[in-house]
Amino acid sequence: MHGFDEALAAAWRLIVTGDTALVEIATLSLKVSLTAVVCAALIGLPLGAALALARFPGRNALVVTINALMGLPPVVAGLLVYLLLSRAGPLGPYGLLFTPTAMIIAQTVLVTPIIAALTRQVVADLWQEYREQLTSLGASRLRAVPTLLWDARFSLVTAVLAGLGRAMAEVGAILVVGGNIAGVTRTMTTAIALETSKGDLPLALGLGIVLLVIVLAINAAAHLLGTTARRAAG
Amino acid sequence: MKLFETTRRAVMAIAVGAAFLGPAGAAGAQTAEKPFITVASTTSTEQSGLFKHLLPQFTEKTGIEVRVVAVGTGQALKIGERGDADVVFVHAKSAEEEFVAKGFGVERLEVMYNDFILVGPKSDPAGVRGTGDVVKAFQAIAEKKSPFVSRGDDSGTHKAELALWKLAAIDPKAGGSWYRETGSGMGPALNTAAGMDAYILADRGTWLSFKNRGDLAILVEGDDRLFNQYGIILVNPARHPHVKEKEARAFIDWVLSPEGQAAIASYKIEGEQLFFPNARKKGA
Amino acid sequence: MHARATILPLTLDRVTYAHGSTVLIDGISTVIGASSRTIILGPNGAGKSLLLRLCHGLIAPTAGAVRWAGADTLGRSDVARRQAMVFQRPVLLRRSALANITYALSLQGRLGRAERLARAHEALAGVGLAHVAQRPAHVLSGGEQQRLAIARAAALKPDVLFLDEPTASLDPGACRAIEDAIRAIDAAGTKIIMTTHDLGQARRLADEVLFLCHGRLLEHTPADEFFESPRTPQAAAFLRGDIVG
Repeated sequence: MHGFDEALAAAWRLIVTGDTALVEIATLSLKVSLTAVVCAALIGLPLGAALALARFPGRNALVVTINALMGLPPVVAGLLVYLLLSRAGPLGPYGLLFTPTAMIIAQTVLVTPIIAALTRQVVADLWQEYREQLTSLGASRLRAVPTLLWDARFSLVTAVLAGLGRAMAEVGAILVVGGNIAGVTRTMTTAIALETSKGDLPLALGLGIVLLVIVLAINAAAHLLGTTARRAAG
Repeated sequence: MKLFETTRRAVMAIAVGAAFLGPAGAAGAQTAEKPFITVASTTSTEQSGLFKHLLPQFTEKTGIEVRVVAVGTGQALKIGERGDADVVFVHAKSAEEEFVAKGFGVERLEVMYNDFILVGPKSDPAGVRGTGDVVKAFQAIAEKKSPFVSRGDDSGTHKAELALWKLAAIDPKAGGSWYRETGSGMGPALNTAAGMDAYILADRGTWLSFKNRGDLAILVEGDDRLFNQYGIILVNPARHPHVKEKEARAFIDWVLSPEGQAAIASYKIEGEQLFFPNARKKGA
Repeated sequence: MHARATILPLTLDRVTYAHGSTVLIDGISTVIGASSRTIILGPNGAGKSLLLRLCHGLIAPTAGAVRWAGADTLGRSDVARRQAMVFQRPVLLRRSALANITYALSLQGRLGRAERLARAHEALAGVGLAHVAQRPAHVLSGGEQQRLAIARAAALKPDVLFLDEPTASLDPGACRAIEDAIRAIDAAGTKIIMTTHDLGQARRLADEVLFLCHGRLLEHTPADEFFESPRTPQAAAFLRGDIVG
């Protein structure tokens, strides 16, 4: 199919010419998704660890809910955040709709369940192994949370990367809350959706290839850091 | 030491987060200093490239940035209704009039028109080419049960298409699988039509800038009933006090001014004019 | 040798632990004093490890009570803090050998940072691991890992140290190093209570023996007496190396 040649050529052109519009939307994509993942990690890591260790009524229901929320359709997350941030919504007065901040909030909503659910599983397994020793040393469950998170750090990097993958790839949520405004809230994925709409499939696919390269680079960097750190930590 | 380490790590994590948030937030704040308005408009105007041609001229003159959220007409009106835009710029006369009547908008002003076209496969199985009568063409398509792609998304184009079926006295949804609702924007719907060699009602602007035409071509055009009027409405500041009335009015006035109208007329793709300004002179 | 107040003796009062309808520990009553090394012996499945965990408080008995002498004056958390345990498979944190010990000390929350470091270095030296202080705990050999676990427990300077089969699956050299470490900890004033399935090790280390069979305490006697003239036929069979059913 000749479309692929055209797409590769388009991607190559975009990269070598350092297209300023491309740099702008790629930077915004990274900024939004990385910020969302940092926020989601700050919430999801402790939440997941707490769910692994805590015992309270309704815990199982909460675990199932969070696991299910991993499959939350981005458009639904986007709509929820849209209704929250809309001028007619409860957070309307802040005027956040159609801004990068709105996109960060929507992606945080999407990514937090992924990080929390994966963290819960990893930490629960580790707690199984550490439980007697930490109890013997006098660590309370609360005190065990940071210890377990730290000792599971290499597995948790994967959880965070899974979240980043979801954030970088999704278009449904940020399209709804960002509005795909040129120069303000246009990201890689919304640009791809737009070019597809315009029938410029080679450019859309070309942008997709650029996005893939960026995501690949991030994962490679994380992998490299991980193996180096793991070698150092044993 | 452990607690110290934990604290240090947490502080670092937050600092890293802030480092990312900072620029994003700052970017928001920065552009907020420059006055801007939000316009809810349709995919047809955005994707035809009209805004890219029009808006820089306005911004250069006034210093006001225009942020366009391009969605279907139905959703654009909804965005205006909730107060999430300052101006609505769409093409569905009766829905616009209802919007104003309900008090969501101040006044509907006509800006320009373009026209719809009936696009279909070059082989033209329903034999509608050159009839010049869009209603007869619709009837022929229904009779032959030739595949027809509908936007099905409550957009201005969708509303126009439904009106034409009504004129043809046909309920396409009752007719079986030849009538396919995609529930998507003009571009995706055209992609679908190109993929299945189907007929489709499209706006000329999107069609002219659309690249993935496949085997599709214009079959019917020029019928008066394919006339597509665009209107512009200021979202009612009485209902939504945060609406930037001054800047929004400046935009509307400019679009309707001889200068704005000339700018619209001068937008061409491959030498072909896409939109025809027809704003009435003030007081006329 | 014991200048400070100690939580010993340990009194077991009809301690029972049942899982469903299966009684795993069956009404054990005895008193374990401060001044000797106590070894718990018994065939596989007798409940040795379970008894250690009940004594240490990791598991609560389903009936009966575990009582420490100082419990009334010290309070529960203080009683727990004066105990330590070394497990059959050492559980080490993903950090350096030294940090494993300073972590345990920081949980006790009594020493300043400098003191914790000094105490940790001292404990590592005590088990001959001073040279691997900065190495990640997970890259140490099996024997070194177990010595690190013992050093970590010893650094807490507990009144009583529980050891659950600490030399299982270690080679003879590593076993000797660990037995030396246990003797040193005992000499420093910590009560040793440990299980083993190695009779030679039991003869080398035991001052007194608790002999368990099917969750019941059959003998609690001085070591010499137990090995010379066991009182129960089960103990005699166990010492002969017969299968005790």
